[in-house]
Amino acid sequence: MDAPAVEQAVSRIADEVVRLAAGATELVLLGIHRRGVQLAALLAAQIRERSGLALATGSLDITLYRDDLMVVGPRPVVGQTRLPAGGIDGRTVCIVDDVLYTGRTVRAALDELADFGRPRRTLLAVLVDRGGRELPIQADVVGERVEVPEGGRVEVRVPEIDGSLGVDLVEAGG
Amino acid sequence: MAQELVNPTLGKDLVGLEELTREQITAILDTAETFKEISERPVRKVPFLRGRTVVNAFFENSTRTRVSFEFAEKRMGADTVSISTSGSSVQKGETLVDTARNLEAMRIDMVVIRHASSGSAKFLADRIESHVINAGDGKHEHPTQGLLDLLTIRDHRGPIEGLKVCICGDVLHSRVARSNIHGLKRLGAQVAVCGPLTLMPPDVADLGVHWFRRIEEAIEWADVLNVLRLQLERMKAGFIPSLREYNRIFGVTRARVEAAPRDVLILHPGPMNRGVEIDSDVADGPHSVILQQVTNGVAVRMAVLYLLAGGPAQDVEAAA
Amino acid sequence: MSRVLIRGGRVVDPSQEIDAVLDVLLDGGRVARVGENVEASDGTDVIDASGLVVTPGLIDVHVHLREPGGEHKETIASGARAAVAGGFTAVVAMPNTDPPIDSPASVGFVRARGAAAGLARVYPSGCITPGQKGEQLTEIGELLAAGAVCITDDGRPVMNAGLMRMALEYAQSFDLPVAVHAEELTLSRGGTMNEGIIATRLGLTGIPNAAEDVMIARDLLLAGLTGGRLHIQHVATRGGVEMIRAAKERGVRVTAEGSPHHFTLTDEAVEWYNTNAKMNPPLRSAADRDAVRAGVADGTLDVIATDHAPHHYDEKEQAFEDAPNGIVGLETAVGLAFTELVATGLIDLGTMVERMSCAPARAMSLDRFGLGSLREGSVGDVTILDPLAEWTVDASTFQSLSRNTPFGGRRLRCRAVRTIVGGRTVWEGAAR
Repeated sequence: MDAPAVEQAVSRIADEVVRLAAGATELVLLGIHRRGVQLAALLAAQIRERSGLALATGSLDITLYRDDLMVVGPRPVVGQTRLPAGGIDGRTVCIVDDVLYTGRTVRAALDELADFGRPRRTLLAVLVDRGGRELPIQADVVGERVEVPEGGRVEVRVPEIDGSLGVDLVEAGG
Repeated sequence: MAQELVNPTLGKDLVGLEELTREQITAILDTAETFKEISERPVRKVPFLRGRTVVNAFFENSTRTRVSFEFAEKRMGADTVSISTSGSSVQKGETLVDTARNLEAMRIDMVVIRHASSGSAKFLADRIESHVINAGDGKHEHPTQGLLDLLTIRDHRGPIEGLKVCICGDVLHSRVARSNIHGLKRLGAQVAVCGPLTLMPPDVADLGVHWFRRIEEAIEWADVLNVLRLQLERMKAGFIPSLREYNRIFGVTRARVEAAPRDVLILHPGPMNRGVEIDSDVADGPHSVILQQVTNGVAVRMAVLYLLAGGPAQDVEAAA
Repeated sequence: MSRVLIRGGRVVDPSQEIDAVLDVLLDGGRVARVGENVEASDGTDVIDASGLVVTPGLIDVHVHLREPGGEHKETIASGARAAVAGGFTAVVAMPNTDPPIDSPASVGFVRARGAAAGLARVYPSGCITPGQKGEQLTEIGELLAAGAVCITDDGRPVMNAGLMRMALEYAQSFDLPVAVHAEELTLSRGGTMNEGIIATRLGLTGIPNAAEDVMIARDLLLAGLTGGRLHIQHVATRGGVEMIRAAKERGVRVTAEGSPHHFTLTDEAVEWYNTNAKMNPPLRSAADRDAVRAGVADGTLDVIATDHAPHHYDEKEQAFEDAPNGIVGLETAVGLAFTELVATGLIDLGTMVERMSCAPARAMSLDRFGLGSLREGSVGDVTILDPLAEWTVDASTFQSLSRNTPFGGRRLRCRAVRTIVGGRTVWEGAAR
């Protein structure tokens, strides 16, 4: 996917999130480190433009909640977890991530959120769903579904980190 | 998430700051920075060390350091066990070797050790496979204190490089001073010490440290003062004539601090001897960041636990 | 007692200024003849010493045999075995045992145990003060009569200058040397290594050179004042060497020791809390080490003595500050002396033998018993060395009960291959 395609996908996601959040007075978008944070910002901009929904944003780093860290080292750099003022109790929260694959990242994010409070409702929006789930987790809103060949990877690029916006399908060994 | 950013490894143990690189120290400080918010959450706990056991083996009494480590360990989700030995009834040497063997046999993941003999942390680290964190070994080093001092200085004065930091007091007997000297020099600070020559370690100039013989000169020069505790025993052993004289000549008093040409930051590792090395109105005054040091202590210790725990180094591949 | 002919070795005997390939004939436990082509009559054991060096038996005047009281570290028998394995035919045992050797009965005990071991000759020393407390003199005449060859409070100094003067004066009546451990305790302050940058970095209290020098100066002045015989043990400072040199020039009756670790290592060996580099006096700077070497070379330090100080593994397996002081030395002394001093060209082999046999005998008046020489009539104590033998120090092969050495793994040259005491071979090492 090139940049325009990503922007279109984000717009579709924005509309769908607004539709699902109908009835909520306020929406909290939480992006998962690292690239989910930038996508959440893009999504927030689109939602503000296309609807009048009140919006707060924040970021979640799930490193400390991962289930696969104890057997490996060196330790990943932990990013900032920052929730918007007022917390998440009673609010509608939408978790935003770039790629949904095994589901373990989202599982970690849900566990982390539980330590912060009890949202009225939690939604999951992802730019790319590549299948291959290892846990019973599904996204409420998906930008694009992608089939990935054996050993391949989906890589999302965002301007702040990679210098451009887009999604690449990387072959095995690439 | 194809390629994660990773921290440099710290090795199996944290015995001192002398052996750490600039990158390693910076990684600990940056990680501690992101961990600060965990202590502000409604649930002040993350599950990172869930199921892991950390033993606090304190052969020297210390409530504040031990409690700080306990908080850090619990906030990282670990089970903690604290052993304190009074040391008088048990021969020090026997206890240390036997402790090492017993801990090994109990399959402990990490040990935090404080002991009265210099080199005891390394002694333990060399003999057990568990991770060992030095919480103060004799006069040698107190690395987590050095790190939290660095973080506190960075919080209030920005990057350490080029800052002028003076360590005041009984440097000779101080492991906090040694850790500070190593950490500050590694990050590019200019480091000085101030106090009577009887309390200065020999050849401290060989560590690249200047000695100020008068506190006024030190305050005139410094951006930051780290004021060390002066123990009563030093007077009894003849290092200084009296605590009163020490305060009159070397004490960090309000008058001296206000005469400084710049806004000097004041640190103290605690516990303070108010009226000896530092006056109350300085300790409680606007230049002091002593309480922030305590807060930062928990975050720094959590960061060390995070960066040390785990198995041998392998390539990190994150699955989304 | 049979006849023994040691044939064809390079005989190095500084007491007779001999350094030549000769035969040595021992008869009845004594030296019968040293000469060319000595006839081997019937019943003579012939030892082929071609390619080897034959010297008067080596003597270590400073060893700790730990018995009574420390038998888990060493016994008189195991120490005597370590001695002969190292090429030594005689040792002087230090009295800081538990209880200390401060009575005629305990002196007799050490002598008897040494005799029973039947290996190296063991000469007891007696304490200067009862219990080494530094308060008053022991019954020095009685100790001598029981067999002590010197008095020393080694391990501790005699802090009271007045008492030290008395000791030097009183011991003179018996022509007995007073051996001193020079340390001003208020300056060493419980330190555990050389004062300097390494001590600062490791957080260890340092012992400044002045702690030794102050006492060496004091004792040299008292020796000069009293005319007594002073023997300064384990000199480790450049200041100490200089003062001893100057005192000798003034005519003070002083002898002094340089130990192999002090002429080989510096305080860098302590790096990262190596308890096998912890001893008192400590390893010092390169300048001090070089001064000790120079002192051994020019004779200011008359004697090479090991200060053999065995400690059990458990005791050295402690945090540095808690571990006891000292290292074993009997089985590495010859290798270190040759490798560090002779192989480097600093001294010749004759000087090494002088420092390790002739001078020790004179310093402790053992020459009156016929030690330290291969002159006719001397005791039949002979050390046979292989100066070409290259070997690696492996503490697990030591005859000593203890293993506390910093030299493990070190490559050395020269080794004792046969040790003969009173005409009897008491040690045969591995052939080259």
